[in-house]
Amino acid sequence: MIPVCRLDDLPAGESVRVDTMPPIAVFNADGELYAIDDTCTHQDASLSEGWLENCLVECPLHAASFDLRTGLPTCLPARRAVRTHRVTVDDGVIHVHVAAKEGTAA
Amino acid sequence: MRTVIVVGASLSGLYAARELRAQGFDGRLVVVGDEPHRPYDRPPLSKDFLTGRTGEDRLALGDAEEITELDAEWLLGTRARGLDTRERTVLLDGGRTVCGDGVVIATGASARRLPGPGLPGVHTLRTLDDARSLRAELTAGARRVVVIGGGFIGAETASSCAGLGHDVTVVEAAPLPLVPQLGPQMAAVCAALHRRGGVDLVTGTGVAALRGTVAVTAVELTDGRLLPADVVIVGIGAVPNTGWLAGSPLTLRDGVLCDDGCATALPQVVAVGDVARVGGTRAEHWTSATEQPRIAVRNLLAGYTAETVRPLPYFWSDQYGARIQFAGRRLDTDTVRVAEGTVTDGAPGEDGLLALYEREGRTTAVLSVDRPRPFMRARRELGRGAGAMETVS
Repeated sequence: MIPVCRLDDLPAGESVRVDTMPPIAVFNADGELYAIDDTCTHQDASLSEGWLENCLVECPLHAASFDLRTGLPTCLPARRAVRTHRVTVDDGVIHVHVAAKEGTAA
Repeated sequence: MRTVIVVGASLSGLYAARELRAQGFDGRLVVVGDEPHRPYDRPPLSKDFLTGRTGEDRLALGDAEEITELDAEWLLGTRARGLDTRERTVLLDGGRTVCGDGVVIATGASARRLPGPGLPGVHTLRTLDDARSLRAELTAGARRVVVIGGGFIGAETASSCAGLGHDVTVVEAAPLPLVPQLGPQMAAVCAALHRRGGVDLVTGTGVAALRGTVAVTAVELTDGRLLPADVVIVGIGAVPNTGWLAGSPLTLRDGVLCDDGCATALPQVVAVGDVARVGGTRAEHWTSATEQPRIAVRNLLAGYTAETVRPLPYFWSDQYGARIQFAGRRLDTDTVRVAEGTVTDGAPGEDGLLALYEREGRTTAVLSVDRPRPFMRARRELGRGAGAMETVS
């Protein structure tokens, strides 16, 4: 479990990058918090710097779009999903629970 | 329409094939490609592929499942030699032909070469095979590299070579590289990135000759200077691959002339990507190659120009650890204002910058160095503005 920032510091429509390995992006989509892998699966770009609209984030480089709830790409050029991570708020602080890497035991 | 031939198996050709299936074409689909490879993404070739950060497996544009779903006949390693418009037949290498009711021209462009015979050690960088051969030379020990041409390919390649520890010089014939793309003010700022990467930039002088007999040994400049070189990379632009269409009724003028909907002068023949001059512009942009096919295929299947395309030009470049992004249509008379970040010693500051090109109080284009968020906002606003103008006109 990784502390990210205070909930107050991530207002609706904002996102923040967590420098884990690999990095994780946390979004406040109209009050709902989501965390996904930060790096676009198409090419090297940070999704935390993308365009957030409802539950979708658009990559700032080539406009690939991902569903924050599932991590699945909704359009080309991305074809592979990003991992999603569970988010909790404890005492006003946002925490990310990093998902196990694909193919490894949780 | 029973058979559609897509001539070109790179980005725009693949996107055209995808669009044909997505828009309900269930006939025979033939894709002709002169390279032996399945569609792959070219932008990483000068960057992560050259430095070894990315392998060939990451370049593929479609996975096996998608390729199967497309249900196309792939004629790879096969060059188109001509278009017989009466029969709508594409003539191929070795006298073979393929007949169709519709043709999508997506043959792209080729790296422009220096005149004269080729010499070992002299490279262009356009195809996977180009990149493989250059990468092999760059991993064989320290090299003196001369890059001819300071455009995006030249700058990215120089950056990758410097990152690999080679001694790199870029030669640019114009007084400053990238002026046509960025305008003089911002071109100067971006040119300063070479310095940041420890690369020498020589401007305002052309190349007189390449020296060497068995392999290249030096580049002789028009001002008399001699630059010793083990590896020379020629990055002086690209020429549209229209040679195979010579003698056809298509109008060829730096590309295949199309209307705003990618339709050529011939019925049931459309053109997309680097080879297409759409509505007066031939854009060698990744984004154009991915956006045009939807419109082109719609019009091909409709049999007339039912929809037009005028996407906001957008391109990006990664060099010397900086990400440059540009969107919009600028004129040399536009004023340029640094809206965010700073210019330090003539170069982008450490935290990047956002520059706005303005005309009569209106933003016409935006340039970002490492400021992706505000860039994306500005690009979207520009896109909305362009869309609104289209509707009115």
